[in-house]
Amino acid sequence: MKSNLPVDILDDRKDFVCCKSGKGDGKVKCDSDSVAGSVSQRACVYCGARVVLNPITDAVHIVHGPIGCASYTWDIRGSLSSGPETYRNSFSTDLREQDVIFGGEKKLAGAIDEIIVKYSPKVVFVYSTCIVGVIGDDIEAVCKSAEKKHSIRVIPIQSTGFAGNKSQGYKAACNALLRLMGESIQPKVTGINFLGDFNLAGEIWIVEEYLKKCGINIITKITGDSRVEEIMKAPSAELNVVQCAGSMTYLAKEMDKRFGIPFVKVSFYGLEDTKTSIMQIAKAVGDKQVLEKAVELIMDEEYKASLMLEQYRQRLKGKRAAIYVGGGFKAISLIKQFADLGMKTVMVGTQTGKAEEYEIIRSIADEGAVILDDSNPAELEGFIKQKGADILVGGVKERPLAYKLGIAFCDHNHERKHPLCGFEGAVNFAKEVDMSINSPIWKFVKDENKCL
Amino acid sequence: MLDFTPKEYVDRSALVINPAKTCQPVGAMYAALGIHKCLPHSHGSQGCCAYHRKFLTRNFRDPVMASTSSFTEGAAVFGGGTNLKTAIRNIFSIYDPDIVAVHTTCLSETIGDDIPTFVMEAKVPEGKVVIHANTPSYVGSHVTGFSNMVKGMVKYLAQNSKTPNGKVNIIPGFINPGDMREIKRILKAMGIEFIMFPDTSGVLDAPMTGKYDMYPSGGTKIQDLIDSGNSKETIAFGSFASADGAFELEKKCKVPAKVLKTPIGITATDEFLMAVSRLTGKEIPQELEEERGQVVDIMVDCHYHYHGKKVAIFGDPDVVAALTEFTLSMGMIPKYVLTGTPGEAFEREVRGMLSEAGVDGKVKSAGDLFTLHQWIKEEPVDLLLGTTYGKYISKAEDIPLVRIGFPVLDRSVHSYLPITGYKGAMRIIEMISNALLDRQDRDAADEDLELIL
Repeated sequence: MKSNLPVDILDDRKDFVCCKSGKGDGKVKCDSDSVAGSVSQRACVYCGARVVLNPITDAVHIVHGPIGCASYTWDIRGSLSSGPETYRNSFSTDLREQDVIFGGEKKLAGAIDEIIVKYSPKVVFVYSTCIVGVIGDDIEAVCKSAEKKHSIRVIPIQSTGFAGNKSQGYKAACNALLRLMGESIQPKVTGINFLGDFNLAGEIWIVEEYLKKCGINIITKITGDSRVEEIMKAPSAELNVVQCAGSMTYLAKEMDKRFGIPFVKVSFYGLEDTKTSIMQIAKAVGDKQVLEKAVELIMDEEYKASLMLEQYRQRLKGKRAAIYVGGGFKAISLIKQFADLGMKTVMVGTQTGKAEEYEIIRSIADEGAVILDDSNPAELEGFIKQKGADILVGGVKERPLAYKLGIAFCDHNHERKHPLCGFEGAVNFAKEVDMSINSPIWKFVKDENKCL
Repeated sequence: MLDFTPKEYVDRSALVINPAKTCQPVGAMYAALGIHKCLPHSHGSQGCCAYHRKFLTRNFRDPVMASTSSFTEGAAVFGGGTNLKTAIRNIFSIYDPDIVAVHTTCLSETIGDDIPTFVMEAKVPEGKVVIHANTPSYVGSHVTGFSNMVKGMVKYLAQNSKTPNGKVNIIPGFINPGDMREIKRILKAMGIEFIMFPDTSGVLDAPMTGKYDMYPSGGTKIQDLIDSGNSKETIAFGSFASADGAFELEKKCKVPAKVLKTPIGITATDEFLMAVSRLTGKEIPQELEEERGQVVDIMVDCHYHYHGKKVAIFGDPDVVAALTEFTLSMGMIPKYVLTGTPGEAFEREVRGMLSEAGVDGKVKSAGDLFTLHQWIKEEPVDLLLGTTYGKYISKAEDIPLVRIGFPVLDRSVHSYLPITGYKGAMRIIEMISNALLDRQDRDAADEDLELIL
């Protein structure tokens, strides 16, 4: 099947792309490094670590490296806070040539001193970058001595950019969180931890509200709208609920090992997955009463959402969607969500999806859908045109590409401006898709150039 | 709650808070996009390339294409030669650019990768070109990176073939495509033949055609970059972003270099027009005379909207210096002038302008926005003039922000419209005047709200 893909693909990339057909083939290679020379949409280890930890609202994040790594990640995540805004400032050691030659440890120690003396934050995270990995600064030692000096947690994150890809960064972030949680077993409290929601556009607040209505308490949110003290309490939870599996499965497994906390995977994107997830959590931790409340909540919310969704279903029926997102779980939910809107998914890809997620994607994708890992603009363009997609769902770099191709776009990444999770999120999503697909602006784009 | 900055001055020597600059490679990438059919290539980890593309995409709202060497641990230990050679092969076979412009990163610089040797060993198809610039992230800023890539263009391509072309070279500096377009319009109005490089107009402000072009129609042609060695003179806008390229061309091809301020405001635009007029003997046409007259007319009409208002200006050195001159000529008081880019020359130049105007202001290079915020807390200003990153100060201190410079991430259309030339001057006056008047209206008690201002 692979050879039948008419789009130009680098030889080294061919294993990363396939087309779903009835014959049961369609395995995609994934989870490996990008090919040199490709216009990869992917980021580095540091980026992975930074996006996971950034939403901890009362933490100071010092980026140890030249200024760029701090500049590019300054308040870009779109994670909201219900309290402190410390995390929205950008701190860096801004390493200069002299530091690269003579080492940056002294500067880092000085930077930590300066921030702690003036602000006494709850925790300082120190990120290593590419250059720190090369000049060999011992950030462990610097952080350790700063911890001693100031009696405050100073946690190093081994996020040297080149030492793998974004997934290794997720792992480094999870290790930092584990360090924050400490070793000791805490007495159990009734409630769950929610792992892998970053409170973009306030999404964790929606989930929190649902669970509260069912009588389920969230002890720790990791990491959307979280506080340092809250994270330190995480070991006392009964259950870990994992949404962004790409970044959080490792943490959940480790917490299971260390603190005996079991975990379930959920997704609050789309009606179907939201319903399943609520029931799954209720069953895992709740009694009969909780289950009853969960059923009631679902009936209420689904009814309200369906009324709203109906108008969009009529306007979107038969349209074709292309998906290119970060993690596998989101791609899976999106395929179902488009199906619910009467749309067909014709292309689906992720930056960091895992083999088991691609297996699910393959099983639920529409016949003939192209499935691809770690793609690049040339491939995206080719398949969007070939498959006649009406809309692309993606992140910041994909948006202008879609627009230039004359098709609609929905940001399902850091730049979403409305919550897309839960029942109301499903309605918001349909509204955004409709707004873009049915915008009058497409009338001005010449018909003969439309890639339909 | 966004007000994190304490009033009492905090002495810092190791920590940068809320930077007013970013690193060299993104500037190099921006410059390289100003060559027609060029694919910028980032020789480092894939994260760098992703960040730079995102950053530029957010500013221009257009696709930004660039490839990466995708460094792994192996490359960091054994050098990135294999990665670069593989990359070059892959790039030409699949993306088919005419030229690849390689820039380095802190990683490849520190491990000491020898790019020219790698390029020599790489298989570059017949008729295709690879150029490079060293852009260590720990030196200078994104403006330095832009300058280095411009210098790279000259080093690799410019040739003096002893056949004078009678043209004027223009190095526009780190400004928007809308400004490059405006400068070209002015030159065309004067009937001057020129070569502008780099030129991102038509690349990062490309029109919607419904058809996606990986390489839009804009950008300086390779042939013109080669021919720039035969020009009469080079006019470089901005001592930080453009001067080095012009001097390199002077050294290499004996094309005299003239460094001017970025043509923002009446004085700087006058100087630009006079310089090209003297150089080519071309008269300044009625069309431009008229525009200048309009700007003066506007400034007379509404000088009282902004006269005596205190302004804090921050951003990139060339643009900030020019804006300081312009706001002074508008009768405003540039109380604080700050750039993140290191450079004492900037401080000297701006201090000179302020002292000549009798303004008591603070000036800083290699500064950050935390410092600016502290200054403002000490003594507030009426207006902020700078990048999107000023919005936190704007919110915390309730001071209007006029967005000018790089980057602007939270407003659109800015990259299409000029701040340079007389038209640009009008636009700046309009933006400043409106921001102050909107503020006045917002704050007015019902009985004080005026219909006519």
